[in-house]
Amino acid sequence: MYRYDNTDQQIINERVAQYRDQIGRHLAGELSVDELRPLRLQNGLYIQRHGPMLRIAIPYGMLSAAQLRKLAEISRRYDRAVGHFTTRQNMQLNWPQFEETPDILAELASVQMHAVQTSGNCVRNITTDHFAGVAPDEWTDPRPYCELLRQWSTFHPEFAFLPRKFKIAVNAAAEDRAVIRAHDIGLDLVGNEQGEIGFRVFVGGGLGRTPILGKLIREFLPRRHLLSYLDAILRLYNRYGRRDNMYKARIKILVQALGIDEFGRQVEAEWSQLRDGPTTVPDVEFARLGGHFAPPPRATLPAEDAAHAARLRNDPAFANWVKRCVHPHKTPGYAAVTLSLKALGVAPGDISDVQMIAVAELAERFSFGELRVSHEQNVVLADVRQSDLHEVWLIARRHRLATANIGLLTDMICCPGGDLCALANARSVPIAAAIHEKFDDLDYLHDIGDISLNISGCMNSCGHHHVANIGILGVDKNDEEWYQISIGGQQGNAATIGKVIGPSFYAQEIPQVIEALIGVYLEHRTPSERFIDTLQRIGIEPFKARAYAGRDRRRTAKVDNREEEVINA
Amino acid sequence: MPRIIKHDRVVEDDWQVLTLAAGETPATVTLPADPVLLPLPVWLARRTEISSLYRTLGVWLDSHEGPEALADDIDRLSIIAVNFPKFTDGRGYSIARLLRERYHFQGEIRAIGDVLQDQLFFMRRCGIDAYALRADKDIEKALAGLSVFSETYQAAVDQSEPLFLRRRTEASA
Repeated sequence: MYRYDNTDQQIINERVAQYRDQIGRHLAGELSVDELRPLRLQNGLYIQRHGPMLRIAIPYGMLSAAQLRKLAEISRRYDRAVGHFTTRQNMQLNWPQFEETPDILAELASVQMHAVQTSGNCVRNITTDHFAGVAPDEWTDPRPYCELLRQWSTFHPEFAFLPRKFKIAVNAAAEDRAVIRAHDIGLDLVGNEQGEIGFRVFVGGGLGRTPILGKLIREFLPRRHLLSYLDAILRLYNRYGRRDNMYKARIKILVQALGIDEFGRQVEAEWSQLRDGPTTVPDVEFARLGGHFAPPPRATLPAEDAAHAARLRNDPAFANWVKRCVHPHKTPGYAAVTLSLKALGVAPGDISDVQMIAVAELAERFSFGELRVSHEQNVVLADVRQSDLHEVWLIARRHRLATANIGLLTDMICCPGGDLCALANARSVPIAAAIHEKFDDLDYLHDIGDISLNISGCMNSCGHHHVANIGILGVDKNDEEWYQISIGGQQGNAATIGKVIGPSFYAQEIPQVIEALIGVYLEHRTPSERFIDTLQRIGIEPFKARAYAGRDRRRTAKVDNREEEVINA
Repeated sequence: MPRIIKHDRVVEDDWQVLTLAAGETPATVTLPADPVLLPLPVWLARRTEISSLYRTLGVWLDSHEGPEALADDIDRLSIIAVNFPKFTDGRGYSIARLLRERYHFQGEIRAIGDVLQDQLFFMRRCGIDAYALRADKDIEKALAGLSVFSETYQAAVDQSEPLFLRRRTEASA
């Protein structure tokens, strides 16, 4: 993974000093609450329901074991010994002390980490495939490009105060696992006929209040032009994006207003002035960055390990785990492993300090000392020998990191919700817990098969509910928590925004509603169909009818106005 | 006399900023004695008159206005000010860069409006070289805001090469 040189380290150290000074000036009364707000947000510090929350950057989800050990130590010393992984592959600490946040940033800097631009109206953490570098369907490693973008976006002098936040994701695999079309800019690494590496560029995607999938703006952008082309897009957005209404300030609204053709024309015009300038990236820089992501020294192994095959036959619990949590690897004899952070009774994406240490040890012993955070809020060991899988499983199981539910109903993406987040309209973790309790039987879960269920506590959609097969959105009506359900969304190459099925439900109804939706699927499915396939074949109506059948009519829920704003582009 | 930061020092400065009050129009507003920074609409409406009246010319752009409007006048202006109505309004950074990099403006670019210490570093990188700090702030202390980082990743007005080009030179040296 990328290692800082002296310059990278110096920049991050200076950032800590700057932030410490800002907090000091605030405490001395020289920097008002309003003046501090954008500054602290660009260092990941929110002021939440119960106090501050610090969002730590994990660039494109890559962590070393040493960094995770440091996170464990920080969570113990400065928080309540627990961290929360987010859909931007970052980690949130929910209970730090305001005055101690400069010390936390200094601790992070000691392991080449930071909280730069994890919030604020600027370019946020770049995300990518959590199987980058090992996926069999990947044709080149996206991480050197992510690192290039990290450096370009870090303290970009022109784009620190955009109209709104700006998210970029990169994919380089046949199957998009980074949801690139749900981003302000989605970059799909492709080659052209001349064998050049470049990008298909999507722009104007985003979830939130107005979910829209990104539109293709350029079929092929040679990689050397990546930064000048992004400068052109960002400059147009910075100048012409709406600043009068924060709900209409994302670039997707500008792209919609101009139309993708006109927006594309303006980008080309701006870019024609910038291309081939000093920000053109030479091959030698791609080579330098690529060197940081060279494959680890893997052994030459047989494709199938005989002992592993025998354990699969003899140990059904292990076999179940392998089926859901072990993924193919491009090197024979190796596998990628997902450690599930979706155990019953634990908030999705939460990891304790003890678990962090355990994962760090697993990474050191079995996966070259590195790991990744997935946007689905799990942890991935990317380079495990097939012959080691059983031992990894035994250790992971001891730490409740081996729930065999990856890609199943209980592998929910879920934001922290109203228990912690000041923006939330409703709580999301108790909803996830109630669903998990109802569907705790692993055999039943495996029988239901591949499905995604995501929960967001408000329209900001941190829980990616729009792109889930079943999406749950918390809404606030007259100070009561209600939940709107959408179905038919999905991630991947066929990314789709789900459709709202009707009036909202109240919290206690949700588990039954989910059960009703699953029931319709089980009755109608053909042997090869997943939930989404059956839904696409038979349509939304049977699901809708069942969800509302026999509902307690004493409390009639009004259709929320915001439901009308859902745009399926 | 009011003070501003200019070329990294606090200096006295007597430029006034003209704004249109309610009811005033660019065509009819009384032009004060120079030196004065004029709103763009006033400049555009009365270029000839202003040029004969003032020894040195200065115009200020609001954040929704663009440097394109001054393309023909660049060489005549001594100062172009860029207004930051709120410090969170980042349009001025693009305006300043365009003035320097596309229109090759050689005169002073001055930040006016909600100008605060923690934005000065970005402003300088974008080609702004004078800062009319918000009046309630300590201008001497704010000087520190110009030198927060000793190195930067991107090319900008203050640094013609991005770090990746310079890292390469260092490595091969």
